[in-house]
Amino acid sequence: MSTQSTRLAARFMVAPSVILLFIWMIVPLAMTAWFSFRLYRLLSPDRTGWVGVNNYVWFFNSPDFWLALTNTLLLVGGVLLITVVLGILIALLLDQPIKGQGVLRILVIAPFFVMPPVAASIWENLFMHPQNGLFSAIARGFGAQPILFLESYPMPSVIGIVAWEWLPFATLIFVTALQSLSSEQLEAAEMDGASAFNRFRFIILPHLTRAITVVILIQTIFLLGIFGEIFTTTQGGPGSASTTLPYMIFKQAIVAKDIGRAAAGGIIAVILANIVAYFLMRGIGRHLDA
Amino acid sequence: MARAHSPRRLWLTTIAAWTVALIIFFPVLWMILTSFKTEASAVAMPPEFLGADWTLENYVEVWGRSDYPRFFWNSVVIAVGSTLLGLLIAIPAAWSMAFVPGKRTKDLLMWMLSTKMMPAVAVMVPIYLLFLQFGLLDTRIGLVLVLMLMNLPIIIWMLYTYFKEIPGEILEAARMDGASLWNEIVYVLTPMAIPGIASTMLLNIILAWNEAFWTITLTTTKAAPLSAFIASFSAPQGLFYAKLSAASAMAIMPILILGWFSQKQLVRGLTFGAVK
Amino acid sequence: MGKIQLRQVRKSFGDVHVIPGLDLDIEDGEFVVFVGPSGCGKSTLLRLIAGLEDTTSGVIEIDGKDATHLPPAKRGLAMVFQSYALYPHMTVRKNIAFPLKMAGMDQAEQDKRVERAAKVLNLSSYLDRRPGQLSGGQRQRVAIGRAIVREPAAFLFDEPLSNLDAALRVGMRQEISELHQSLKTTMVYVTHDQVEAMTMADKIVVLNAGNIEQVGSPLTLYHNPKNIFVAGFIGSPKMNLIEGAEAAKHNAHTIGIRPEHITVGDGPWEGVVGLSEHLGSDSFIKVDVPGLGIINVRGAGELNVHHGDRIRLAPAGKIHRFDDKGLAL
Repeated sequence: MSTQSTRLAARFMVAPSVILLFIWMIVPLAMTAWFSFRLYRLLSPDRTGWVGVNNYVWFFNSPDFWLALTNTLLLVGGVLLITVVLGILIALLLDQPIKGQGVLRILVIAPFFVMPPVAASIWENLFMHPQNGLFSAIARGFGAQPILFLESYPMPSVIGIVAWEWLPFATLIFVTALQSLSSEQLEAAEMDGASAFNRFRFIILPHLTRAITVVILIQTIFLLGIFGEIFTTTQGGPGSASTTLPYMIFKQAIVAKDIGRAAAGGIIAVILANIVAYFLMRGIGRHLDA
Repeated sequence: MARAHSPRRLWLTTIAAWTVALIIFFPVLWMILTSFKTEASAVAMPPEFLGADWTLENYVEVWGRSDYPRFFWNSVVIAVGSTLLGLLIAIPAAWSMAFVPGKRTKDLLMWMLSTKMMPAVAVMVPIYLLFLQFGLLDTRIGLVLVLMLMNLPIIIWMLYTYFKEIPGEILEAARMDGASLWNEIVYVLTPMAIPGIASTMLLNIILAWNEAFWTITLTTTKAAPLSAFIASFSAPQGLFYAKLSAASAMAIMPILILGWFSQKQLVRGLTFGAVK
Repeated sequence: MGKIQLRQVRKSFGDVHVIPGLDLDIEDGEFVVFVGPSGCGKSTLLRLIAGLEDTTSGVIEIDGKDATHLPPAKRGLAMVFQSYALYPHMTVRKNIAFPLKMAGMDQAEQDKRVERAAKVLNLSSYLDRRPGQLSGGQRQRVAIGRAIVREPAAFLFDEPLSNLDAALRVGMRQEISELHQSLKTTMVYVTHDQVEAMTMADKIVVLNAGNIEQVGSPLTLYHNPKNIFVAGFIGSPKMNLIEGAEAAKHNAHTIGIRPEHITVGDGPWEGVVGLSEHLGSDSFIKVDVPGLGIINVRGAGELNVHHGDRIRLAPAGKIHRFDDKGLAL
């Protein structure tokens, strides 16, 4: 619904974004792909050359890789599950008549303002620390042994921290979506004899479909790359118990200084991200009429 | 019409909601409280609330020991710079997608978003080498570029959703009134989209402010922002809890204050413009 | 001057041919109304003239000059949109002045013209309000004001009254007509409402599926519709169209009789009254006549017939005859 000249103008105006993003995506990716087939160790810079798919083979043969892959998916899935379920519950609560809505809302979204290293260090030191953390104080208060969160349950602890960071986002989206639900619709359902649960199941939940889609889409984009929280807290440990794919690549690059292997890992991570993206767009993209 | 609620129900929901909100907020609150305690009081067992030793010493010491103003200024330049540059590039793109949509517009948008799914770690080495090559390491301009590119898809997407709410007829009216494309964007579209643009700006400043991968790996001293500043404060066995908390508070306080003053736009922005 | 000529103008969106090829002359100073059912291409045609859409082929001339490839801003036309399309962030004054500002006119001249337009449209006391603070009718006036200040070669109206309530619509209709009387500028007006077309137009263009069915003055269309489509579209209630034996008596495939051309009392047709609406000034009744179907009748004043009555009807006026292709005989 426009003229040729506006369509031409539109092409010109969208071009800078497309070109920049394309370069931003393709140049580092091409370089990573190149490195991934080469021997490239910072500790022995004179030994270089093509090694075929050796770097990939190393990754697939490493037991850590499969653990890291599982951990990555656990992290994304776990955080999504917690934030969506808790987010909906809290949103339902906040949608009720409440005194002091404004201040309350700021309190709830505050975690989103906290940068990941800070969030992680608050939880690690002030709460989960086995001697000085608040949790251990509570445990001792009940005469129990303090739980060694980051040592005994590294993945659940990391998931908990990340979920805390993203819960405000999910909650806010759901609150906003709930506000657009007409109360007449709910009253009609009530007149039709629907119980509170059925009203939730058949009216509220379908209304939230798009909001849930948005939460899953945006959070997945950010969660696939989660790094800072693990770096600050467990460093991927104990052992490799909380190593995710990004963290494993980081270890190869920075600790083992093996750029070739790190690059191979990077390519695998990109492929994984694309698979996730594909299913995401296929599965839920249709709910997003954006 | 809103239904009348019994006062009892109002109090019940108010208490429940405040309890939940305080639980969510508590870690931040506890950090702020700890930052005002002496180191001994900070690690005291059982934890001290009202009877703690309150002090401003931690802030004084963190301020004196580090070059906070420089980190702070770097954060401001990087967050605001990358956001403004991103807006400059994204507004025309969002105009195109919102008002001259084609069959591929949605795919293009999804592709843009998918570039964000690429884990930063995967391309860390190439970016590092490129930065080395072009002399961008530890420069603010380098970080502005990277963070702009990182958030560009989000900026475009948000602006796109806001622009789509503006009826195309108004832009056509401007065209009939003799406005050039430039005038149409400057005099009609942008002023109408101010709330959306403000929300987009705020959210992206926060995302850039809190970015803690590229800002740490690509800087050493000159261009290091607050994320790098906080990363340099490790807490060896809880000896410096109070100082760590003070440093943390100083790193997040600017954003908390910004959020407080721009609540409405921010709340709108935080939904990425995707839900109404 | 505002003479607009369309020569073999076609418009396709992909495989959909919205306008398959059309010729039309709009004379300077004429009030031309494009009317037709929704989806007939009337709005598209207006947007082609405006330059908001490209023609697929054909030529549009404005005042004898080829304007086919000119951008909207260069055509010297002004448009009033269905949604008014006012700039919500600007005051009424700035809205009206916007085209002048875009033309680079100096401030004093802008102010003068805005004041003058505001006076004509009774907007003087609202000049510093924003569109959001105005009623529907006032917004409509601002949209018209924005169009008249630049003294365009022609005005284009795209269903401008469809967002107003019925009472306001009648008033605005008169105002636009008066405006045309005083400005004597060409106006091209799109509507789906045949009453608007009949009351305002010098010339009506009836469109159907992108084709012009008939062009003519309102009464020409009423008295001499070229085909069944125009016959059915112009006039309210709709013309009764009767096929079969009754039509054969008149040597036609279909005959059409306007509801006001049927009398109640004595006559050849007998039927039962279904719906009867009594407005005082007029009575509208629907009569189910076996063999003919439902016949609409319009009687002046009060007709004392009611639901269920058995009455007789007689044609008493022009009988329109159409062949099997729907063309008038």
